[in-house]
Amino acid sequence: MIHHVLVLIRSQLRNEARAGEVATIIIPFGAVALLVIPLAIGIDTDLLARIGPGLFWVVVLLFGVIVTHRQSASVDRPQRDMLTLLGVDPAARFAATTIASTLLLLVFELAVGAITIVLYDPDLTGWGWLAVILPLVAAGLAMIGTLAASLTSGLGGRSALAPLLVAPIAIPILLGAAQATEGLRVGAGILRWVLVLAVVDVLLMLAGVLTARPLEES
Amino acid sequence: MSDAPVVDVTGVALRRPNALILRDVDLRVECGEALGLFGANGSGKTTLLRILATLVRPTEGAGTVLGAPIGTPHAESVRPRIGLIGHEAALYPNLTLDENLALVSSLCIRPAMTASAALAAVGLGGAGRRRAAHCSNGMRRRAEFARMLVTQPDLLLLDEAHVGLDPEASGIVQHLVGEVVARGGGAVVVSHERERVARIVARSVVLSDGRIEPAPR
Repeated sequence: MIHHVLVLIRSQLRNEARAGEVATIIIPFGAVALLVIPLAIGIDTDLLARIGPGLFWVVVLLFGVIVTHRQSASVDRPQRDMLTLLGVDPAARFAATTIASTLLLLVFELAVGAITIVLYDPDLTGWGWLAVILPLVAAGLAMIGTLAASLTSGLGGRSALAPLLVAPIAIPILLGAAQATEGLRVGAGILRWVLVLAVVDVLLMLAGVLTARPLEES
Repeated sequence: MSDAPVVDVTGVALRRPNALILRDVDLRVECGEALGLFGANGSGKTTLLRILATLVRPTEGAGTVLGAPIGTPHAESVRPRIGLIGHEAALYPNLTLDENLALVSSLCIRPAMTASAALAAVGLGGAGRRRAAHCSNGMRRRAEFARMLVTQPDLLLLDEAHVGLDPEASGIVQHLVGEVVARGGGAVVVSHERERVARIVARSVVLSDGRIEPAPR
C-alpha cells in the first residue's frame, strides 16, 4: 500500500507541476486578493500589521479550496476505474491525493505568506510555530478537499458543490489557525489552538480512510 | 486458468431511482472465447461492462466473473485480472505516454512488459515523450492498448474501442483479443461496427430493452 501511495503522489505532483495552475494562476490570484485590501483601507500600517495574519488565513482557506479541489478533480472516472482495477486500495488513493494536495498547499501558503509579510509587515515574534501550524492547516484543507471531491464525484455541478461543502467544514481550521497566530501576536498560549488543528486533522484522516471504500462503491 | 466460464451471470438487473437500466441479463463467456456485444445507444452496454468489471454492483442477479461472485466483496480480488478500455482514455493528461505506462507498470502486480516495449508494440515507440494531452484520440487509444499489454488481463472488456481507429490500430485490437483468447481468457467487445467486430469474435449478442438477445446473422 505504501508503494502505491508513493507512486500516486509522484504522478499527481508531476501532473500538477506540468499543468502549472497553482504557480501561474492560484498564487497570483491570492497575491492580488492580499494586494486589494490595503488599497481599499488605505495606508494604516498598524491596522494592516494587525489584520494581516487573519487575512492570510482567509486567503489560504478560499484559494486553498481551489487548490485541493483542482488536485482531487485531476483524477477523473477513467483514471479512478483504472486504479481500482489495478488493485489500488481506495484508502491509498485518499492518502496519496491528500499528501499531494498538502504539499501543493504548503507551497501556496509559503508564497502567500511571503507576500503577506511584504504587504502587511506583521509582528513575527514566535512565528517559529508556523512550522507546525502551516502543515496542520494544509493537511486539514487537503483532506477536506479530497473528501468533498469524493462526495461530489459524478454529480452535476460538482465544481460548485465541492467548495460549498469545504468552506463550512474548514471553519474550525480557519478558527484554530487565526487564533493561534493572534495568540502569538499578543503573547498568549497557543497550544490549545494547535491541538484543535491536530484533532481536526486526525478526525478528518479517520473519516477519509474509513469512508474511502464506501464512497467508491457508491 | 481453470475451465470455468470467464463470465457466467444470470438475472442481472440494475435499477436506478428513475430507470431500469438492465433487466434479467444472462451472459456467459467461456474460456478462450471473445463475445461481441451490440445494442443501440443507451441500451445499457457500458453499464453491463462496468458490472462485469466489478465497478458497479447490480441490484439483482447472481453469477461469477473469473470465478468470483459478482456484487460481493470477493469480486475485488479478481480486479487486477480485468482490463477495461472505456470511452475516455484513462491517462493523466500532463504526463507523457511513457510516464503513464510506467505508472501502470509500477502499480501492476506482475507487469508483463515494460512501458517502452508496450508502446513500441502498439506503434507508439517514438511518441513516448509526448504528453497525453497533446496526443490525438487515436494515439490515446493505442496507449490504452499498450496498457493492456502491460497488465495482460484474463478478462478484456472493450467499450467501443474501434471508434476513430485506423486499419492498423484495428489490427492491434484484433491482436489483443486474440492474445487473451489464446491464453484461455475471455473478451467482451462492445461496438456499433458489427462487421469489424465479427472478424475478431466467435459469437455476438444484442442488448435490447435491457435484455440480452442473440445477434441476427
